[in-house]
Amino acid sequence: MDTHDLAAFKRHIRLYIGVFVALLIATVITVAVSYFHFGHEDSHVGNVTIALIIAGAKAFLVAAFFMHLSSEKRAIYTLLVFTSLFCLVMLGLTVYGHYDTPDLTQWTQSGDGMVIRTTEELRHEP
Amino acid sequence: MDIPYTVHPRPDTGLYNAKLGIWLFLASEVMLFGALFSSYVLLRVGSPNWLYEDAKDLSVALGTFNTAVLITSSITMVMAWASLKLRDFSRYKLYMGLTILLGLVFMVVKSFEYGGKISHGVLPSTHTFYAIYFTMTGLHALHVLGGMAVNIYLWGPGSKLWRTNPEQLTNRVEVSGLFWHFVDLVWIFLFPVLYLL
Repeated sequence: MDTHDLAAFKRHIRLYIGVFVALLIATVITVAVSYFHFGHEDSHVGNVTIALIIAGAKAFLVAAFFMHLSSEKRAIYTLLVFTSLFCLVMLGLTVYGHYDTPDLTQWTQSGDGMVIRTTEELRHEP
Repeated sequence: MDIPYTVHPRPDTGLYNAKLGIWLFLASEVMLFGALFSSYVLLRVGSPNWLYEDAKDLSVALGTFNTAVLITSSITMVMAWASLKLRDFSRYKLYMGLTILLGLVFMVVKSFEYGGKISHGVLPSTHTFYAIYFTMTGLHALHVLGGMAVNIYLWGPGSKLWRTNPEQLTNRVEVSGLFWHFVDLVWIFLFPVLYLL
């Protein structure tokens, strides 16, 4: 390594330390926000969204800087585009499976008539 | 015959072979953990009685501590590689040693967590949540052990390569580092998903 490269490399090292500090701060934020409830009272969507956004940002920092993806060769980017695509399709198909389950609606005889309880109601029963 | 392109990049990919190799392996790892995260989502949305944050009894303090340990081990891993780039072998030994030690701390904390659960009779069969918790953290812990094994080799007997082919050792450490950071990256998602949400 010549002196120019060396100076550039030392700047890289300072960047790594900056990323490290950012990751620790993001971890504290993740834990701190988990003590609050966001969004509708009996919905977890708000908290899940916020936690995943912070985790995504942390993952980006690790991948871009520690794993050098911010300046990598084309072959690796191509590989990762396909990987993300297949992974998203897999996630999508799995979640779709939830909507492709049999209807559990129950019809029960009670006193003066039939009581119909839908899948959703059954899910929310204690 | 020597293995080709261990030091110099292959002209068509622009990469030394081990780097393309580890990324192909990491791509398969993305699918492996992706399948488990997909299962987690399905089990969670499909469960009539999921354990939400207050109902499950995982230690957020220990989880946070272990997150910090893994993040710290990622920076020491980068510094180990950077030390070799700067031709400072004794500093490499120090940083790689620290990385291994931090991996060990992670495993000790994790085993206390597991021990606590099992001694209270909380097993994968206790609840769907614990089934996916033990599966995902167990597989992750196996990855930590695997990464530690490679790092121990590169810290100990494997570091003799420094005298004959320093560039190749530097590349091996980079590749091992890529795996180690990936294991850290998986934990970054596992921690909030299992402990906090």
